[in-house]
Amino acid sequence: MMMIHRWRRSGEFVRSACKSLSSLRPEHNSMSPSVSGFVNRYESKGKTFQSNAWNDHNRELDLGRNLGMMQQYKSFGSSSASKVQRNPLFSSLEPKDVSYFKEILGDKHVIEDEERLETANTDWMHKYRGSSKLMLLPKNTEEVSQILKYCDSRSLAVVPQGGNTGLVGGSVPVFDEVIINVGLMNKVLSFDEVSGVLVCEAGCILENLATFLDTKGFVMPLDLGAKGSCHIGGNVSTNAGGLRLIRYGSLHGTVLGLEAVTANGNVLDMLGTLRKDNTGYDLKHLFIGSEGSLGIVTKVSILTQPKMSSVNLAFIACKDFLSCQKLLVEAKRNLGEILSAFEFLDNNSMDLVLNHLDGVRNPVSSSENFYILIETTGSGETYDREKLEAFLLKSLEQGLVSDGVIAQDINQASSFWRIREGITEALQKAGACYKYDLSLPVEEIYNIVNDLRGRLGDLANVMGYGHLGDGLIEPYVYEWTSKHRGSISAEHGLGVMKANEIFYSKSPETVALMVSIKKLLDPKGILNPYKVLPHSFFSP
Amino acid sequence: MKILVAVKRVVDYAVKIRVKPDKTGVDTQNVKMSMNPFCEIALEEALRIKEAGFAKEVVAVSIGPSQCVDTLRTGLAMGADRGIHVEASYSFLPLTIAKILKSLADVENPGLIFLGKQAIDDDCNQTGQMVAALLGWPQATFASKVVVLDKDKQSATVDREVDEGLETLSVDLPAVITTDLRLNQPRYATLPNIMKAKSKPIKKMTLEDLKVDIKSDIEIVEVTEPPKRKSGVIVSSVDELIYKLKNEAHVV
Repeated sequence: MMMIHRWRRSGEFVRSACKSLSSLRPEHNSMSPSVSGFVNRYESKGKTFQSNAWNDHNRELDLGRNLGMMQQYKSFGSSSASKVQRNPLFSSLEPKDVSYFKEILGDKHVIEDEERLETANTDWMHKYRGSSKLMLLPKNTEEVSQILKYCDSRSLAVVPQGGNTGLVGGSVPVFDEVIINVGLMNKVLSFDEVSGVLVCEAGCILENLATFLDTKGFVMPLDLGAKGSCHIGGNVSTNAGGLRLIRYGSLHGTVLGLEAVTANGNVLDMLGTLRKDNTGYDLKHLFIGSEGSLGIVTKVSILTQPKMSSVNLAFIACKDFLSCQKLLVEAKRNLGEILSAFEFLDNNSMDLVLNHLDGVRNPVSSSENFYILIETTGSGETYDREKLEAFLLKSLEQGLVSDGVIAQDINQASSFWRIREGITEALQKAGACYKYDLSLPVEEIYNIVNDLRGRLGDLANVMGYGHLGDGLIEPYVYEWTSKHRGSISAEHGLGVMKANEIFYSKSPETVALMVSIKKLLDPKGILNPYKVLPHSFFSP
Repeated sequence: MKILVAVKRVVDYAVKIRVKPDKTGVDTQNVKMSMNPFCEIALEEALRIKEAGFAKEVVAVSIGPSQCVDTLRTGLAMGADRGIHVEASYSFLPLTIAKILKSLADVENPGLIFLGKQAIDDDCNQTGQMVAALLGWPQATFASKVVVLDKDKQSATVDREVDEGLETLSVDLPAVITTDLRLNQPRYATLPNIMKAKSKPIKKMTLEDLKVDIKSDIEIVEVTEPPKRKSGVIVSSVDELIYKLKNEAHVV
């Protein structure tokens, strides 16, 4: 991840809530070794100058000038209203609609209360705010089906919503779309203690699933900072990833089946629990990562892993980025099956954390340019420990590593993680920030940080950190990324924020096919409109 | 001067423990084990005293099954000079441990014995005191402030955390000191030290070598979980509250 931390200028800008969801989705293409980072914008009080840079990716902006304009950007949410127009083909909500919903869901589960709507209309970062007048809380798949069937017939646009923890404005309305929140569908349907297959409803909170599995001696194949609030349905719809991706792979591999409801109310039962099933086209993959634009996920069947008790964590210091890369290769080779996390942060990030967070100290006594966190998870305590020690000592002798410590107990391990996960929190305290969620070939990633440092000079503090193990500045960054064959959204998806930017990472032919599929499954385009795919394809 | 530090291998402080179904103890299978946090602090203090020049050698000792060697390795990686592993197939209660440590002290002749004030698995807070009594040495328990050594007078000044506040004691050496949480922040085991630790010796000893009688007068009969907290009840009126306090809780 790359952060550009603006030196604070009094009263001129408001910090956005750029809290760390540092362990979020991995890049879609987990084949290429790459680093992923974060993108974030901040809201600014100040002049109402509105930049077109968001949607105009052809404009080469000179960075110095760009930086000056940064403060004056409005948040995308409010500027989008002027850029994206509400599709006039969508109907507006009428009293008869509300009555119908009350009939099928019951009065209690049709929400018109302003306070609750305000929360549901606003995303986690407080960057995007819609103006929906209605939220529906279905209790089961049949109700979701009835809702969608009706909305499709009435041409009412809808937004599927789970924990509302996304960072790209994908989970909140852009205009007045009806919010369909699956939070009430939170039952675990079955768990097979032999195979580890868990079947549950989409509204189950990730942390609750993890707690349930813990009692059975299993773990979820994904873990992210938002686990206390995010739903498994949302995780699947956004192809979330996080810390465990390096070990268990992406949801495309661990989700065995799902049940989804399409725009016309059709219930697609693809809820298999088999690891092997080659019968026809594997449609569930379309829904995984489609961000709610092809259907609403109502049930998920996922393969969980046995819990392993032997966890070891090392905090390493490296002199340069090349050593970090070599260390990654050696770690995969030497630690192999027990490697479960490989994170990096640079000196600027470490300084930031030490300055702004309490009770944090640098585990390594000397200050270095780069720090790496290596975690192993296995079943043999002594064996794993020896393997990690042997690997690190060898790396020390070879000069790949300049110093390092190994956590001796869970407490020490938590304090190491605190440093890495505390970076965004520290940034929030330090001032406004631009975060970029990028995925690049490993050898390129730090070049962009150095490049930007060169261009920005003293104006901003640029730092880099991220999941090294898996890959306004803005147009400049996107173009740089595109030129170096990276992904403009490693983890968070496109949402509304990057809907028009997909061409930076996907070819026109591919995007055209995506649009065809969307139009096939959702002819009226009522599911989560204005997101994921470029607006131009859908405006009347 | 030599400092002897006793370190205990316990279930890691952050682990959620479960009682075994047969109620004979806590389930330690597949559970992360670490050095007792108080023992870590004790070892750290011993190392600091050595680094200050008051001691020549820090010896870590652990009593238990073969996995105790892992705990000793951690101690060596922190900086202890050598380790002693007293082989024992099951866990002993404080008096037996104290007897073993006394035998060891007779052999090693340390000037100071450091222990953690208590182990987080049994919370006994007895071993340090018993060792001192068996040896006839002075003791300073719950040490919370820097332990200052006076080389010439062969004594130490220790601040203890007691209920009323802080108490400062001066003890003649040799003495037993048990350490409390606020004494220091233990160092991390760095890679260079881990490397050095590999060549440091760990001596194996048996109970026969030390001639210790391990017969215990105490037998653990049963280990159970504490009763689950009952949910509260909301009363509808003051009268009902008084009724409940009188007839159900029997406190009025």
